[in-house]
Amino acid sequence: MLYVMGLATALTLLWLGMSGIYEPVVLSLGVISIAITVILATRLGLKDRETSPYHRIIPFLLYTPYLIVEILKANLTVIKAILKPDMDIQPTMVKVKTTCKSDLAKVIFANSITLTPGTVTLRVDDDSMLVHGLYEADAQPEAFEEMDRRASIAGDGRPSKGKGATK
Amino acid sequence: MEFINDVIGVITAPGWRHFVGALLCAIGGVSTVIAAAGVLRFPDFYTRLHAASVTDTLGALTLILGMAFLAPGLLIVFKLILIGLFLVLTGPTSAHAIANAAYTAGLEPIIGKIGLQKAKEEDEA
Repeated sequence: MLYVMGLATALTLLWLGMSGIYEPVVLSLGVISIAITVILATRLGLKDRETSPYHRIIPFLLYTPYLIVEILKANLTVIKAILKPDMDIQPTMVKVKTTCKSDLAKVIFANSITLTPGTVTLRVDDDSMLVHGLYEADAQPEAFEEMDRRASIAGDGRPSKGKGATK
Repeated sequence: MEFINDVIGVITAPGWRHFVGALLCAIGGVSTVIAAAGVLRFPDFYTRLHAASVTDTLGALTLILGMAFLAPGLLIVFKLILIGLFLVLTGPTSAHAIANAAYTAGLEPIIGKIGLQKAKEEDEA
């Protein structure tokens, strides 16, 4: 029941934000569509802890500033590499070990690596990832440890203890 | 000409909001052009993907932030935030899908120094 309430609240906020017209007719249409969506989601069984991750919002918000700073730094590196007349890139492939346990944490970590320019995740395995980097010096496995730690905090809750929803 | 007048009008409008918004939009536009140059300059598929991800992050996000500063109301800002969230979620996912597909298909990346650097080393050797 709590998950249904959460879904309804999120949908209401989304609808109010997207609409901008607050007249009785339009509002009632919104109420009807939210009700239909909630009923459909309930019938599909989309109401458990995994599909309503409200308990993850604060860890995500704490992770975001760090990610933005990393993205800005990496962007400057790549832009410099593009604008250099003599191209000095050294493409490389590294295996990065990860301590992330749950699928969610792994997705956060892999997507953070890909979102940071200069590194792209090529393959995700159980406890490691294959990463293609633009500079050999910047893409050493140690460079990803900090991001790995923070991603596992955001996705698993705690870095070491983590008994997430791994399949 | 009308366009240039519009741009000047936005930048010189009263308040710092428009100036900051125009500045951020300019940064976003310039970095997108630089990223396009990178896509053309870099030697192989994977390195070009790195250049393209500059568009995804610095380009798109500063443009959206700049538009949020220029927006007339909070409703527009809310929609821009949703667009930004969507881009941040789908951008890396599609980039990973492309890279993974290329890697699985057996496309070998160029490893090590390239271009003039490599030529210099070969001359010395």
